[in-house]
Amino acid sequence: MLLIPCPNCGPRDETEFHYGGQAHVAYPENPNELNDREWAEYLFYRENTKGTFAERWVHSTGCRQWFNMVRDTVTYDIQAVYQMGSPRPATAVPAAAESGTATTAANSTITLGDAASSTPASSISAPEGATK
Amino acid sequence: MAETAALENSKKTRMARQSPASLLRAAFESGSIAGVVELNELAFLTMVGVRVDPNTEAGTRISSVTGGLPARSGDVYANGETAVLWLGPAEFLVVAPSEAHESLGGDLIQALRAALSDGEGQVVDLSANRTTFELTGPRARAVLEKGCSLDLHPRVLKTGSALSTEIGNIPAILWKTGDETYRIFPRASFADFLGRWLLDAMREYGSPEVP
Ligand SMILES: [Zn+2]
Repeated sequence: MLLIPCPNCGPRDETEFHYGGQAHVAYPENPNELNDREWAEYLFYRENTKGTFAERWVHSTGCRQWFNMVRDTVTYDIQAVYQMGSPRPATAVPAAAESGTATTAANSTITLGDAASSTPASSISAPEGATK
Repeated sequence: MAETAALENSKKTRMARQSPASLLRAAFESGSIAGVVELNELAFLTMVGVRVDPNTEAGTRISSVTGGLPARSGDVYANGETAVLWLGPAEFLVVAPSEAHESLGGDLIQALRAALSDGEGQVVDLSANRTTFELTGPRARAVLEKGCSLDLHPRVLKTGSALSTEIGNIPAILWKTGDETYRIFPRASFADFLGRWLLDAMREYGSPEVP
C-alpha cells in the first residue's frame, strides 16, 4: 500500500486515489492541423518509463482534486508532489540518469515503424496553462 | 393558505418516508452496548452541497449565510446547529437539523441559493444523498480503527474536525463531534452495508475482556 501525500489532505492510503496517467501531455495547439497519426500519438502514446515518472493522480475519496506527482516506477519512491499546471520540478534522480529506461527517454521521438513521417511528441506544443 | 397546505402535505410525506438504515433500527438497539459503544442513525438531517471558491464575491455571500467557511482539510465551521464541513478547496457540506429543510418550512437552502445568485458554483440539496450514523462511547475509536486508516488518536484527530475518507472500504465522511462521539456520513446506498459492518466491529466489546 502506498501512502500518498495529497497536497490538500496530507498522507492518505493509495486506495483513496485514482491514477490519471502520464503528466504534462500537452493538448495540441491546433488540433485541426494534426493528421491521424499525430492525433493518435497525442491520444494514446505514453512513456513507459522505468524510473522516475511524472504522473497525474486524483484524491477521489478525499478532496477530489487533481495533482501531479513524481514517482519512481521501480521503487515506488514518491519524490515530488506539485500543482496541476506547474512544470515538473527537478528531483534527486533525473529520468535521463536512470540506466534501464523501458522504452524511450522523456520527450524523445515516438517512432511508428516509419520514422520519417512521424512527429516528435515534443513538437506538439500547447498554449501557456494548457499543460496538465 | 396554499403554503400551509403544502407544509401539511409535506409533513404527511415525511411520515411515510424511510431512512436508508431504518431496517437496522432494531439491530442497532440490540447491538449497542450501553456505556461501551453505541450506534444509532440520525435520520434525515438537512445536507447541502456547496461548491464555491471562498475567495470570490459569491464565496463571501455564502459565508455570510453560514457565518463562515472552513479553510482547510479537517476544518468544520460550526454555527449553532448548522455546521459547514470542508470537503475540498472549493467544496463544502452544510449539515443542519431536519427542520432547516424547505419541506419542513426551513429556509437554509433557499438562503444559500440566493447567496450564490449568479455567481460561479452550485448549491445542491443533498439531504437524501447520505445518512448519518452516530457512534459513541469509550470504544468508538477502537471500532473505527478496524476499518479506517486515518490516525484517530486524539493527538491527531481533534474533536470538532471532519475528514472525507474510507471506513470499512467504503467512502464516507467522518466527523468527530465529541471526545468519544463520531458522526459518520455514508452514501444512502452504502448505509446498510456500513451499519452491519459497524455492528460486527462492535460485537466483541459486548463480551468480557480476555486478560
Ligand atoms: Zn486530498
